[in-house]
Amino acid sequence: MKSAGRLEKVLTAGQFAVTAELGPPQNANPEAIKKKSQHCLGNVDGANITDNQTAIVRMSSIAAGAIALSCGVEPIIQMVCRDRNRLAMQSDILGAAALGIQNLLCLSGDHQTFGNHPDAKNVYDVDSMQLIAMVKKMRDDKQFLCGDEIKEHEPKLFIGAVANPFADPFEFRVMRLAKKINAGADFIQTQCIFDMKKFAEWMKMVVAEGLHKKVYILAGLTPVRSHKALKYMKNNVAGMSIPDELIARMESAEDPKEEGVKICVEMIEQIKGMEGVSGIHLMPIGWESITPVILERAGLLPRPKV
Amino acid sequence: MIVADRKPLEEILDSIKDYKKIMLMGCGGCVTICFSGGVKAVELLASQIKIARKKQGKPIEIIECTPERQCEFEFIDAFKKDLESAEAVLSIACGVGVQTMSERHEDTITIPGQNTKFMGYPVEHALWEERCAGCGNCVLEWTGGICPIARCAKKLLNGPCGGSSNGVCEVDKDTDCVWQLIYDRLKKLNKLENLMVVRQPKDWRTSTDAGQRRVKFEEAML
Repeated sequence: MKSAGRLEKVLTAGQFAVTAELGPPQNANPEAIKKKSQHCLGNVDGANITDNQTAIVRMSSIAAGAIALSCGVEPIIQMVCRDRNRLAMQSDILGAAALGIQNLLCLSGDHQTFGNHPDAKNVYDVDSMQLIAMVKKMRDDKQFLCGDEIKEHEPKLFIGAVANPFADPFEFRVMRLAKKINAGADFIQTQCIFDMKKFAEWMKMVVAEGLHKKVYILAGLTPVRSHKALKYMKNNVAGMSIPDELIARMESAEDPKEEGVKICVEMIEQIKGMEGVSGIHLMPIGWESITPVILERAGLLPRPKV
Repeated sequence: MIVADRKPLEEILDSIKDYKKIMLMGCGGCVTICFSGGVKAVELLASQIKIARKKQGKPIEIIECTPERQCEFEFIDAFKKDLESAEAVLSIACGVGVQTMSERHEDTITIPGQNTKFMGYPVEHALWEERCAGCGNCVLEWTGGICPIARCAKKLLNGPCGGSSNGVCEVDKDTDCVWQLIYDRLKKLNKLENLMVVRQPKDWRTSTDAGQRRVKFEEAML
C-alpha cells in the first residue's frame, strides 16, 4: 500500500470506486464543509477538495480537507501549480500528510484570468507532470525535489492526476496519459464526460496501449439541472465536448432535474460496462445534495467494506 | 527584436507637465522597425505634445533627436551638448534605452514614453508577436523550434494542458495553443518521442529569478 487510505484499498480490491467533488466555501466557515461532508459520508470512497477552483479564492483545500476528515470523509486534496512554487508545494504536501490526508490530485489549474483576481501573477514553477513526479519522489525515494533526504515520516500519499479526453490534440491525449503514469500517477480522474462516444473512443485507445493496467481510471461525470448549464459549458469552457442531442433532451424534458439525474445514472451504467474504467468521479457543481440520490439509483450504495 | 508600444498621449503629457523644455529622444534600433520610436515617431510625438501644450496655454520647447541606438553610451554621447539646456528627457526607446540615459546623465531625469513589451518579430505587416522570454536556458532544441516559455500562458514544459481546444489557447481566442503547434511540428519532423520525456522542473535562476543577469564575452575583453 502506498497510502493507508480507503480509496486505494477499494481500487486495489478491484471494487468499482466512487469519488465526488466537495468545493470549499468563499469564507472561513467550517460549517459549510461539515454540511457538504454529510452528502459524502458513507457514500463515497473519497471526496475531492478543490483548490481555488476556476481561479476563485476559496478556503484552502488542505484546511477544508482536514475538516472533511474530522467528519469521517476521506479527502482527496487537489493541488494546482498556479499559486505556489516548489517550496510552498512541498511544504503543503508535508502539512497535508501530517493532518492525515492520504490522497493528492495534481493539476495545472485554471488560468488566473478566468477567476476573481485576473491581474494576479501566476507561478507555474513546476507543471502538473512535474508535480506528480515530485510527490512520488517524496513518497518513494524519500527525497525532496532538490535531492535532500526526508529522514523520516515521508508523505504517504496516493497520487492522482487528471486527463481530459476532449481537449486537443486528441491523438496526443493518450500519450499524455502514458506520460502521467510514467511520472508516477496512481489514479486518474477525467474531465466531465458528456460525449460518451468520444470517451469510449479514447478508452479504447487507452486499453489498446494497456494503460488501464498501470493506473486506475475514474470517469468524471457532472449531473446538470438545466439545458442552460450545458449550453454555457459548451460555449464558455475550453476542452469540453457536449453533444447537441444531450442539450435537446434536457431542453425538452418536463422535469429537467429528474432528467439530469436519469442521464447521469444512464451514463454510469454505460461506464460500468466499459473495459478499463475503475470507477466514477462525480462533480455535481453546486448540487452536492444529489450525490447520494444518483449513487443509490445507480446501485452503487452501500459502499463495499474494505 | 525588442517590441515597444507608445504610452497614451495623456499619460506622457502628465509625466512632463512640470517642464518647459525637454529633449525627446528616439532610437534608431528595434523601436524604429516597430514604428513606435524612430525619427518619424519622434517628429509626430513632438508635434502632438506641442499642440496639446499650446492649447493648455503652456507652450513647451522640444529638442528632437534619434541616436543610432539609445542603448549604448557612444551613440547617446553625441547629444550631450544639446541636453544641457533641457530640463528632462522623454525617451521613446525601450526600457534599456531609458536606463542607459539615466545612468549616463545622473542629474537629468529620463522619462519613459513607451511600454516595452517583448522580444518578437512581425508575423505580418504591423503585427508583432512575442517569441522569446529570455529565460536564459533555451529549450527550442526539443520543442521543434517553438517556445513554450514565451508562448504558453502557464509556461508548461509538459503541455498541452486540458484547455487546448481546436488549436486555440483557452486564455485568448486569438492565440494559438503553442503546445498544439509544438505537437504538429514534431509530428511533421517525426520526433514525437520528444514529447514522451517527462521534462524536469526548470532552473529559473537563469531567468529573472536570481536577480540581474550578466553576459561576459571573454575573448573580446580588453
